[in-house]
Amino acid sequence: MSAIARESTARRREHPPLSIRLAARGLDGITLLVVPAVVFVLLLFVYPFLYGLWLSFQPKEGGWLANYAKFFADPFLYETIGKTLWIAVPATLFNVAVSVPVAMRVRLMRRQRLLTTILILPITLGTVLVAEGMLNYLGPKGWMNQSLMFLGLIDRPIRLVHNYWGVFLSLVITGFPFTFLLTLSYITGIDPSLEQAAATLGANARQRFSQVVLPLLASGLAITFCLSFVQAFAVFPSAVLLGAPAGPTRVISIAAYEAAFEQYDYSLASAIAMVMALVQLVIVIAVLAGRALLYRGSASGAKG
Amino acid sequence: MTDASRNFRELRLDGVGRDFGGLSALRDVNLTIKRGEFIALLGPSGCGKTTALNSIAGLLPLTHGAIFLDDRRIDLLRPEERGFGMVFQNYALFPHMTVQRNVGFGLAMRGRPRAEIDRKVDEALALVRLQAHAAKLPGQLSGGQQQRVAIARAIVIEPPLVLMDEPLSNLDAKLRLEMRSEIRRIHGLLGSTTIYVTHDQDEALSLADRIVVMREGVVRQVGTPAELYSRPAHADVAEFMGFRNLLPTRIAGQNGAFAQLSVGRATIEGTPMQPNTAADAIVAIRPEDLVVRPDGPVAAAVETSEYRGRSFFGTARTPEGLELFFRSDRPVRTGEPVQLAADPTQVLVYAGEKVL
Amino acid sequence: MAAKAQHTVGERLWATAVWVLVGFFILNVLALIATVVVNSFATRWLGTWLPVGLTTRWYGSAWSEFQLGYVLIATFEIVGAVVIVSGLIGVPAAYALARRDFPGKRLVMLLFLLPILVPPMTYGIPLATVLYSTPFGGTMWGVILANLVPTVPFVILVMIPFVEQIDPRIEHAARVFGANTFRLFVHVLVPLLVPGVLAALLLVLVRTIAMFELTFLTAGPTSQTLVVALYYAVFAAGVRAGQSIDAMAVIYMITTLVWLLIALRFVNPTQIVTRAKRAG
Repeated sequence: MSAIARESTARRREHPPLSIRLAARGLDGITLLVVPAVVFVLLLFVYPFLYGLWLSFQPKEGGWLANYAKFFADPFLYETIGKTLWIAVPATLFNVAVSVPVAMRVRLMRRQRLLTTILILPITLGTVLVAEGMLNYLGPKGWMNQSLMFLGLIDRPIRLVHNYWGVFLSLVITGFPFTFLLTLSYITGIDPSLEQAAATLGANARQRFSQVVLPLLASGLAITFCLSFVQAFAVFPSAVLLGAPAGPTRVISIAAYEAAFEQYDYSLASAIAMVMALVQLVIVIAVLAGRALLYRGSASGAKG
Repeated sequence: MTDASRNFRELRLDGVGRDFGGLSALRDVNLTIKRGEFIALLGPSGCGKTTALNSIAGLLPLTHGAIFLDDRRIDLLRPEERGFGMVFQNYALFPHMTVQRNVGFGLAMRGRPRAEIDRKVDEALALVRLQAHAAKLPGQLSGGQQQRVAIARAIVIEPPLVLMDEPLSNLDAKLRLEMRSEIRRIHGLLGSTTIYVTHDQDEALSLADRIVVMREGVVRQVGTPAELYSRPAHADVAEFMGFRNLLPTRIAGQNGAFAQLSVGRATIEGTPMQPNTAADAIVAIRPEDLVVRPDGPVAAAVETSEYRGRSFFGTARTPEGLELFFRSDRPVRTGEPVQLAADPTQVLVYAGEKVL
Repeated sequence: MAAKAQHTVGERLWATAVWVLVGFFILNVLALIATVVVNSFATRWLGTWLPVGLTTRWYGSAWSEFQLGYVLIATFEIVGAVVIVSGLIGVPAAYALARRDFPGKRLVMLLFLLPILVPPMTYGIPLATVLYSTPFGGTMWGVILANLVPTVPFVILVMIPFVEQIDPRIEHAARVFGANTFRLFVHVLVPLLVPGVLAALLLVLVRTIAMFELTFLTAGPTSQTLVVALYYAVFAAGVRAGQSIDAMAVIYMITTLVWLLIALRFVNPTQIVTRAKRAG
């Protein structure tokens, strides 16, 4: 090899071409396949959010905070936060609490598939269909009231629709399956030999649950709560169809929708959407902060 | 459980059986264990040893038979009512509790006062030499340390019976040997009755007072390590105890106490293990007992050979195609023809048994 | 001490209570579905256990009243486009994420997680605002784009474990034996990925048929999906006959359930709701 060729070979060994350096860091042609998806999400999720944020500071009239000032000054608007929380938080707490004993039982079942298939029906059918079904079934002339009167438990039909309870029940029906499946996956992640060990050491069923299962489950339940809560907080069709959208079940999504599509005030609508996102964020952060105090490690009984 | 139970005389398994669906994981197990004994349940995977242990612990109900602690029937009690200590294969340490709380868990469940719990936990941790780690979480300990915590947790409640389910199988070889000595030491100090499940015959031989060899849900033989090592009762037990040569033979005749057997074209002598008059038999010989000797009766050609420090171990094939595992004190080459011989007292004959 | 039974009365009672609760829940769900179905065939039904008489005329009237023919076509066009596009964008992205570790990967994963965690109503309003400021607002393509926002990440998150399951050494072996990238895809990757892609796309299909909020916020009169049309019908329930609305609801249910049953042949029911949980 000539001296020049030797030198350039040596130089190439010390300074590999850019394509090789990038590949060593994981960037090559294959990595580019992720770009369209990234661009898509940036354009249609991140950008609208940022645009909405910016738009919320561009009210039709007034200074840059006018939308927010208007929101917090008008009871018809700011009360929606409270009303939505008043529906979403109890419904989520109920779902999470009930999902635990049910999951504890179901995890022992061998043929879970049929049960989970039936349970996902409400989610698959969607909130609109469930709302229509509830209007019939829980209405004053529906089967529920008929059965209760037939059993002599009530004299007159009780009002389960077009009020708070309609929305609450709809959140339970559509939310419980999701919450339950998450809780079930966390519970099945707890090593069964831990409960066996506790039993051999003298712990009865209640002690096994409170001393072993619950502490290991708690951090998973916190996450389940967060995921279920944000869905419940964004409730919309149920609140309109099954609730009393002008009054007790006027949730924040209704306020946002009205601002956008009835008043055509996109700026105010964006502001309300931002407030909605903010409330969800605050509660999620609060719950996750609480979760940080819990044991968050693996739920198996051994190393690795 | 009262203090009286800790001074029991014996644990008795009476016709114990456990079926899963149509299959029997355990069948007609009869066993009596005396206080203070170290019993090993030994066998390959699926032989039922862990099922038997779990049934004694109460983690599995029996489908047949009963278990008695002296005169009291215990198989209908739930695990939390039996008061046995158990060490699990994967340790099953509560990951969210410190070592201190883990070890003290059983005493806390019994409602013992705090001072007593702390004292006993301290003693138990001293016994397994882990006092410095009392405040750590299991995730911060090594495998061997976790194992010792599991042992401490099981013995601190001073149970009548300690059950161990393959406790060393997740450890590396060196640690396994160390922990084996630890277990032996602790058993020597405390004298607790122990039932120890393992698939490793070396472990069983070194730890147990008596070994129960199981296969496919049935007990094949119960005996001391010495008995099992040199006098396995059946061909499958012999195979498990390291008799790698299991050769189909025909019984050709008798020579005093020994039977004469034809192995291919050769004739060797062996010790009958059963008073069976069947003509077909299986002959079991340990590789270390089948040696290369110029005047040996069995002719074979060497296929492989390994140096093992003091001698060579290898495989050879007879003209009839039988594979033999042998030992040689001098090096042998592949393809070399050799003559093999074995002392008749080390050749075990199982008449009427079939090749597995 | 006499031998005790394995379960105390208290434990049995508790177990029974839990099963009764589950049974009650399921009963109510099935009953509410049944109410809709029965009412759709009822001539009149007011306060009695079962309707006075049965008829199928509501289906015909619902079909014309709500222009279900057009709505169904629109629904399938939208859903079909969403399924195809999210597959085309999502599957390669999932492959890249499963096979490559690059700086910023965690950020990208977070980016794909957000549209799934944030409920559609929350980001739907800003999204609709943006779409209406473009020519897409109120058109079918606007609806398609809006529905793609949660489905592209969903396809990615469902497909990543599928790709990871394929041993990369198979791909290396194919290359060593002379396959270029195109051949690798066609002969090795696509056949191995087909079950996963099928599962992911069926899940997308089922979820998009039932996706209300995004379509509701972005659709115009000709680009409504069936679920949105149903909402409007229920919303205006005072004006129309309840049985007619329920007939439409039943048609919607059948559409959803048919695809659900097809999807369940390939996927576990839990995957429709939650993505595959990571180990540990």
